[in-house]
Amino acid sequence: MAGILFSFRKGRMSDMTDDVFMLGGKSLTSRIFVGTGKYPDNKLIPAVVKAAGAQVATVALRRVNWDSDEGNLTKFVPDGCTLLPNTSGARTAEEAVRIARLARAAGCGNWIKIEVIADQKYLMPDNDETLKATGILVRQGFVVFPYICPEVMCAKRLQEAGAAAVMPLGAPIGSNLGLRTRELLKILIDEIDVPVIVDAGIGAPSHAAEAMELGAAAVLLNTGISSARDPVGMAKAFGLAVRAGRLAYLSGLGPVSHAANASSPLTGFLDE
Amino acid sequence: MGFYEYMEPYRNFDFQGFVGHVTDGDVLRALSKESLSPLDFLTLLSPRAAGHLEAMAVRAREITIRQFGRVIFMFAPLYLANYCVNRCAYCGFNAGNSIQRNALSLGQVEEEARAIAKTGMRDILFLTGESRKESSPDYMRDCVGVLKKYFANIALEVYPLETEEYKMLAGAGVDGFTMFQECYDEKRYAEVHLGGPKRNYRYRLDAPERACRAGMRCVNLGALLGLYEFTSEAFFTGLHVFYLQHRYDACDFAVSLPRLCPHIGSFEPYRAVTDREIVRNILALRLFLPRAGITVSTREKPAFRDHLIGLGVTKMSAGSSTEVGGYANHTTDDQFDVSDKRSVPEVLAAIRRKGWLPVFKDWQTLEKDAVV
Repeated sequence: MAGILFSFRKGRMSDMTDDVFMLGGKSLTSRIFVGTGKYPDNKLIPAVVKAAGAQVATVALRRVNWDSDEGNLTKFVPDGCTLLPNTSGARTAEEAVRIARLARAAGCGNWIKIEVIADQKYLMPDNDETLKATGILVRQGFVVFPYICPEVMCAKRLQEAGAAAVMPLGAPIGSNLGLRTRELLKILIDEIDVPVIVDAGIGAPSHAAEAMELGAAAVLLNTGISSARDPVGMAKAFGLAVRAGRLAYLSGLGPVSHAANASSPLTGFLDE
Repeated sequence: MGFYEYMEPYRNFDFQGFVGHVTDGDVLRALSKESLSPLDFLTLLSPRAAGHLEAMAVRAREITIRQFGRVIFMFAPLYLANYCVNRCAYCGFNAGNSIQRNALSLGQVEEEARAIAKTGMRDILFLTGESRKESSPDYMRDCVGVLKKYFANIALEVYPLETEEYKMLAGAGVDGFTMFQECYDEKRYAEVHLGGPKRNYRYRLDAPERACRAGMRCVNLGALLGLYEFTSEAFFTGLHVFYLQHRYDACDFAVSLPRLCPHIGSFEPYRAVTDREIVRNILALRLFLPRAGITVSTREKPAFRDHLIGLGVTKMSAGSSTEVGGYANHTTDDQFDVSDKRSVPEVLAAIRRKGWLPVFKDWQTLEKDAVV
């Protein structure tokens, strides 16, 4: 919704320095969030963050090997980039809550992305358990980012429960299929007041641009970068796509027509 | 309905007839599908698919990189005890073999755990022979109490237990279950399991389902390839995961491909399984079950194992011992010969040379904390 206010402002938005994104008490100027999983070398993580211009990076607590510098993924997220630990592996609200508390106790801050996935075949999130975990963790002082199947009633309840944003999926995790849930995402973007951050399924920069053109507040992706032949190059491409999509949204995309339009309107003759 | 009933349509299936009639067109059609049926899986296991191995590999690699990343999960096996009351024709622990028998004391478990953890391993698979007297579920639970101090992930590969026993062990900290049916063909199963409780085919067949119901997070299955016909055994293994994955969607599944190799007792395989067949099996599994892990142990030779990275394998052991203990204390003979005798650092280096990352930890026990 905030984007619409910007588009009525006087002056050009081409450098988007005014397009500040308030999230969880932080002021961000980048709308691309990246993951830190599936890389063949953890040294790629800071390179990817830099190339994408990301200011938020997620880390799966389940993979963090606190005993080893090389295995401690949190050490690869550069300073200046906010760590967003996620509860991947949790199959119930209770497991998600325990992981969140572990993350906070380990010094990862109080931001937490809730991933409650009881389905290991398709990796579909459990919206009900996610809602439960959100309520508990908001009350315990966390800044909560719930990952959900895009369902507007669930998103409204998450908003009421105090979630900092909602993170609906575009397509299954790891699928790189793009915005298969496009129509449902549009509903959330229209009806939900907290930021809508499209997460999962974004496989190509065009998908990321599309999400931003629809009016998403931000996007989160991991596999789209990690599975590329040149992850750093791809991260840069995604960063540019998110900026392009956001600028397109702020500049007001033209109407889509299914028929050829003459440049003079049909009824223009009445005004002659 | 259990898996035994689910297998019914395939029990008298003419596997040789089906695979004999598979055409190149059938293979290409199966390859082009996003979601494969069991018969598509069988098509890709057929000898005709051998002519399309490279195309299968390209697809399998793409799926693996998307679903899992360029990572290999590492684990180490630890044999806690080799007392066994079964007489399995193919196994070094056969009750009829005169071998040194031992069960580790808790102090010895700790010594072994310390030695393994020193190599960087954080994921342990503990094994025992079948003896409720010498390696009871309570003994296993006590060992888990020690192992928890050193490892983030603990899995078991033991004789079939009751659901309540799996629940007890899951509560104690076990998050993974491995069981090889050895042989899905009932008649052949009876031929190679000559004595002991393991003769009960159905009890073993249903054990993975009991483990799923008990809340085990990861379930790893396999057939001992070479005990019987390759195609049907590979098929039933995949079908078993397919069946369980549908009913227990909260479980992570994986498949191992243990291949018969020499041991004390000289059991001759039904027909030796070739390297090409192992590769075909891995590729077909990856396409049929995109989210299932694929584990390759040190039974396989170093160069072969390294080539399998990137074809769909997601988990490997390293520095393994198949005697009881064997990392800190040497007390018994091996259950089977380890072909990949490389040290842990050597295996890790080989994985990295392929451009893959060894990962040591994938979960940890979540203790209830006092602060609410």
